[in-house]
Amino acid sequence: MPDNLADKKTVLSVNDLSVNFGGLKALSGVNLELKQGEVLGLIGPNGAGKTTVFNALCGIVTPAGGSLSLKGKEIKWPKPYQLAKLGIARTLQGVGLFPDLTVADNVMIGANRFAEAGLLRSSFGTNSKDEKRLRDRAQAALERVYVGGVSNRRADTLSYPDTKRVSIARALVAEPEILLLDEPAGGLGAQDIEWLNSLINNLKARTSIIIVEHHMDVVMSVCDRIYVLNFGQIIASGTPQEVRNNDAVIEAYLGTHSKEKSARKKA
Amino acid sequence: MQKVFETILIGLSTGSIYALMSLALVLVWRSTRVVNFAQAGQAMFSTYIGFEISSRSEVFWLGLLFAIVAGALLGAGVDYFFMRVLFKHANSGPAAVVAPVIATLGLLGLIRSFVGLTWGGEFKSIETPASTNGFTIGDSTIPFSPLNVLIIVTTALILIALAILFQRTNLGLALRASAYAPEIAQLAGIRTARTRTIGWAIAGGVGGVAGMLVTANNFLSPYSLDLLLVFGFIAAVIGGLESMVGAVIGAFVLGIGLTFILNYVGTSLVFIGGFTVLILVLIIKPDGIMSRGKARRA
Repeated sequence: MPDNLADKKTVLSVNDLSVNFGGLKALSGVNLELKQGEVLGLIGPNGAGKTTVFNALCGIVTPAGGSLSLKGKEIKWPKPYQLAKLGIARTLQGVGLFPDLTVADNVMIGANRFAEAGLLRSSFGTNSKDEKRLRDRAQAALERVYVGGVSNRRADTLSYPDTKRVSIARALVAEPEILLLDEPAGGLGAQDIEWLNSLINNLKARTSIIIVEHHMDVVMSVCDRIYVLNFGQIIASGTPQEVRNNDAVIEAYLGTHSKEKSARKKA
Repeated sequence: MQKVFETILIGLSTGSIYALMSLALVLVWRSTRVVNFAQAGQAMFSTYIGFEISSRSEVFWLGLLFAIVAGALLGAGVDYFFMRVLFKHANSGPAAVVAPVIATLGLLGLIRSFVGLTWGGEFKSIETPASTNGFTIGDSTIPFSPLNVLIIVTTALILIALAILFQRTNLGLALRASAYAPEIAQLAGIRTARTRTIGWAIAGGVGGVAGMLVTANNFLSPYSLDLLLVFGFIAAVIGGLESMVGAVIGAFVLGIGLTFILNYVGTSLVFIGGFTVLILVLIIKPDGIMSRGKARRA
């Protein structure tokens, strides 16, 4: 563990998580620890189980075993709708915006946890102050990711990089303590990736982040630590430097053949 | 020319009631992906409650209020005690597709039997809130009455209230988000099961209004709203089943169209006309008149 994180509080820890899909063991014996202000990378080949870890944390799949602790307190695996209240927000691999809604509405949905008006007041529309507050929060979140100008447009009229930004705004508007980013750099160009790196670095002050990403440049430059998954198990963990030089990781990514080849070259 | 004008006015009144039933069906479809055949039964039960209150109090509007409340409670109850349990057990494979349809048909029969046992099968009539005598223009009396005006105005008010609810409130946003993608809505902290029940309650209340308004001009029996369900469903399909605005437009198109057939061709062709429209829409524009081609999924 890097020195700057050693004395930080643990905000989330997953112990011995296992998930089965019928007879298939999607995850087994997965342990994760996320420190306050840390950016944790979760990498591995396709089908390794990275998104399944997120799905288990979000209550989209039910774990077969294992436990979850938030800030040192063991809690039941949450239901998806409880996440926002627990201070966890997630972006989705496929962006997941509501195409028929405006950008502002899309982000406002993420601010749902701050709604104060009860069912009746909301039904009769007598909560205009509450509505305005949520709308302002949404606008602030959009401005934070530099897409404040598109708030009145329908989500399906945006460019792909902008939809990515809006989906991050929807996660940020909930002011999460823990942010789960699922392939945030997927499909982005160099300039947007540079922006994403700086955003993640800025967020660290207030938010702890777990990031699933295939884009190795992003992972290596923003993560404090990295866990490597293969066939549902953690095969390595450590700083980017440690992981980069780990034999098991090289083998998982490039195959045994390549490893032998590189060893022969060295010799 | 006057006949055309009269036909459009009557068509608007008929379309108003179709619009309410159509909206009730669309609300349930959007939130649950079920064509709720029991909607006719739920609306009929609510109308019997409204009938009971309005005939005791001799105030139509009090009956309407109770019909809305009864419809909403029954709608919420059907989702909470019936559909939730059903989806828990039949959640994959062909059963998940067929079971809800069969279940709503069964529920329709159940409600109908209960109403038959409680109120009997004979026709009942509700205190009309306004005169059913047509307006007089010059020397002639047209078939458009103050009751028709009232039906159009009441429907317009309900449509405005629903538009405000869905477009301007946080609850409406949650309802729309849950209908479109419940998984994503849940991740944003929305309790989609609860919003779905609220959707069923709103549909039930709206169905209750449709029942009361159609009965104000007609008779009430355990079968009297079946035709309304059929025309409401056709209107919903014209609108594309997904769109609330489409359902309303579909209902007015159908209401005016069928009134033209009634006035210019004959009663016997009204039913055939309705189904012809349904078949034409399904062949020419199966996604409904509001479809704009496939939206790019973000």
